[in-house]
Amino acid sequence: MILTEQLKSKTVFNVEEVRKDFPILTQKVYGHPLVYLDNAATSQKPQVVIDALTKYYSEYNANIHRGVHFLSQKASAAYDEVRIKVQKLINAASEREIIFTRGTTESINLVASSFGRKYIKFGDEVIISAMEHHSNIVPWQLMCEERGALLKVIPMNDSGELLIDEYRKLLSDKVKLVAVVHTSNSLGTINPVKEIIDLAHKKNIPVLLDVAQSMAHEAINVQELDCDFLAFSGHKMFGPTGVGCLYGKLNLLESMPPYQGGGDMIHSVSFEKTTYNEVPYKFEAGTPNVADVIALGAAVDYLQSLDRNAAIEHEMMLLEYATQQLTDINEVKLIGTAKNKTSVVSFIIDGVNALDAGMYLDTLGIAVRTGHHCTEPVMKRLNITGTLRASFLFYNTKEEVDALVEGVKGAIKLLRVK
Amino acid sequence: MSSIAEIEKEIVEEFELFDDWTEKYQYIIELGQKLPELDDKYKIDENRIKGCQSSVWLNCEEKNGNIYFEADSDSTFVKGEIALLIRVLSGQNPEAILNSQLGFIDEIGLRQHVAVTRANGLASMIKQMKLYAVAFQSKE
Repeated sequence: MILTEQLKSKTVFNVEEVRKDFPILTQKVYGHPLVYLDNAATSQKPQVVIDALTKYYSEYNANIHRGVHFLSQKASAAYDEVRIKVQKLINAASEREIIFTRGTTESINLVASSFGRKYIKFGDEVIISAMEHHSNIVPWQLMCEERGALLKVIPMNDSGELLIDEYRKLLSDKVKLVAVVHTSNSLGTINPVKEIIDLAHKKNIPVLLDVAQSMAHEAINVQELDCDFLAFSGHKMFGPTGVGCLYGKLNLLESMPPYQGGGDMIHSVSFEKTTYNEVPYKFEAGTPNVADVIALGAAVDYLQSLDRNAAIEHEMMLLEYATQQLTDINEVKLIGTAKNKTSVVSFIIDGVNALDAGMYLDTLGIAVRTGHHCTEPVMKRLNITGTLRASFLFYNTKEEVDALVEGVKGAIKLLRVK
Repeated sequence: MSSIAEIEKEIVEEFELFDDWTEKYQYIIELGQKLPELDDKYKIDENRIKGCQSSVWLNCEEKNGNIYFEADSDSTFVKGEIALLIRVLSGQNPEAILNSQLGFIDEIGLRQHVAVTRANGLASMIKQMKLYAVAFQSKE
């Protein structure tokens, strides 16, 4: 028994094997091995996803859902199959609850527009949080302005954790929707979304979760969370750019008006009266992004083929190691020190401009993100203008963390203004 | 005073000494570190050009028909870029500034690193310098 436990704890995630799945990672940048630590912006793609795109375009490219011919039927079947793959990935009750969009941003805009038109009236309120990405702020601002509604914000503390007691106070009878981020892109905080959802549901308020930053890391189960809407992008979870998903509970989706008008979303059209197709097609106007949806399916298969517990354990090891190594540098200050964090390290360097440091790291082949990370209110709340952000995925290594740390030391030496 | 084209040529020749982007980056940083600081009285919102990740303060004065620029930034790299632009454009007459093509930015390999991203206010900085030239020209 003890031996088994020991063996288990010694099982090391085989990162070198996994890296072979990602052809881009082997390249050199300015003569240095690429160290890709901008995974929160977008993940790299495994060969199976790249192959799925090539195969689609070279073997069965066709418009779907109407063609009677061989290629169209093959493409339609492949496209529809991905809906079931995504349903299983997030454990939705029905594949009809999965809508393909251009990404998280469009998914949120869809809800803001369609849910807003149906359910939000003058004087109503929508709750978001202090650590939202701009894509979970601006769609609500647009909708609230149009409908005369108010946007309320759950505040956070200096570590980057939401103040749940303040949230409780915001849950008035006027609130018609809560839209919060699961994992913060700029701070790495993982929010207690189950608690947030349960508190809202006690007042019959539906909840939208932005899980753009979560999908590549942890398994999301919509029935367990009981969220009403869920938005994510394909490109942050090993899929192609330009495709994402919206999950919505079927009864809610059925009650909402269409988002955009066009082909595929209609049942019949006349100049007097158009009737709409059923969910999910009602929300997928126009020729869909067939190729990228199919490649997203390959990404889902890839994700499912991994030992996800081992992958997340490896990421947590990287997070802990990077946090420790960076904390040891006197000039470095970590931004976002929540207890529950994903593998994102955001930091500033005393006396060194973040953009200059990011460009210096780039000369060493190290890719990090600099700036406000599309979360300007977070930066304002913490009284900074931007950070450097290193974000890890399971294909990153301890040696890459070392390269980052050495790079930061080099940046301080070259750039620090005393 | 050399012409804009002559100064651009000098800069291109200087950058030819560098083998790779790392060396160019370090040289631009060095230029930024050497750029004289702008007096705080000019670091006001009216003089501020806001990039996505850095701010630039640009001040200009006219003397005998020529325009003189001085500028500062919170980023040392951007200050290095400013130093290059000032070297090329400061002290020139409005017409020459307006007609300048600033091809050296491409030739020294800078554009691919900065102009394609929103991170850098280089394009806005050039635009602002040219706007000043238009303003002085129309005053004449």
